[in-house]
Amino acid sequence: MRLLISFLVGGLFGLGLMVSGMTDTTKVQGWLDVFGAWDPTLAFVMGGAILPMLAAWQLTRRRRSAVLGTPFPPKSTLGIDRQILLGSILFGAGWALVGLCPGPAIASLSYGGTEGLAFLIAMATGMLLLRLWQRCAQ
Amino acid sequence: MIFAALPTDWLYGLLGGLMIGTAGSVLLLVNGRIMGISGIFGDMIDGSSRSKLAENAALVAGLIVFPALFAATGAAPATLITGDWLLIVIGGLLVGFGTRMANGCTSGHGVCGISRMSPRGIVATLIYLTAGGVTMLLARHVLTVI
Repeated sequence: MRLLISFLVGGLFGLGLMVSGMTDTTKVQGWLDVFGAWDPTLAFVMGGAILPMLAAWQLTRRRRSAVLGTPFPPKSTLGIDRQILLGSILFGAGWALVGLCPGPAIASLSYGGTEGLAFLIAMATGMLLLRLWQRCAQ
Repeated sequence: MIFAALPTDWLYGLLGGLMIGTAGSVLLLVNGRIMGISGIFGDMIDGSSRSKLAENAALVAGLIVFPALFAATGAAPATLITGDWLLIVIGGLLVGFGTRMANGCTSGHGVCGISRMSPRGIVATLIYLTAGGVTMLLARHVLTVI
């Protein structure tokens, strides 16, 4: 059951990305291009996505655990540390260069051709490099 | 276009956004998980959360299969990705490295974090939006590489 829900959630997320236009990298780059031909679509996507989530977080307060028994995820104990600041700067920079964040990057496997696949491989490599770097730094 | 009935981009954006938020709500309320794609995909490939491996893989599979079916209908919106390989490699490395370092991306920190009023989610989102805007300004209007 958990697997089926995960599969369908991934599917609905992917379809939402396509319908919203967020799989079109020119729209994402247009949102970040405040000093050029600014495209406000992403704000509507974010707003539309946050609305149901606001209700969902409210519902979690009335229940002890999720429907399938898992406790709700606790808030992170980490504060605003250097990792989140530097990591978000690097992510934002990469996001602007191509117009893909992790969700659309994975979805792009199905339609993004060789370029989408190459981006996904580079992204996966970046993720593994971060772990490697953390292990070396310890 | 099956969406021709909707006249403007922002309506598609709102509709797609509601779908994304509904997906995140279902995952939270039914499975008790945060729909953060960088975490789900990252944990899957670096093996850092073996107990969730099957769930993570199922979500990633859905995220590939459903858009593929939609794309196969020929009705899906246009998807354009740059053909500049240097940008693709640098951009991909930065997005992967950065989201794992920050423990989240647009879905986890943005959609799930902001709606939870999480200070980390809000701060991360403000920073990656600003960094993205500055990078765009430099790369497009100063260096004119994109």
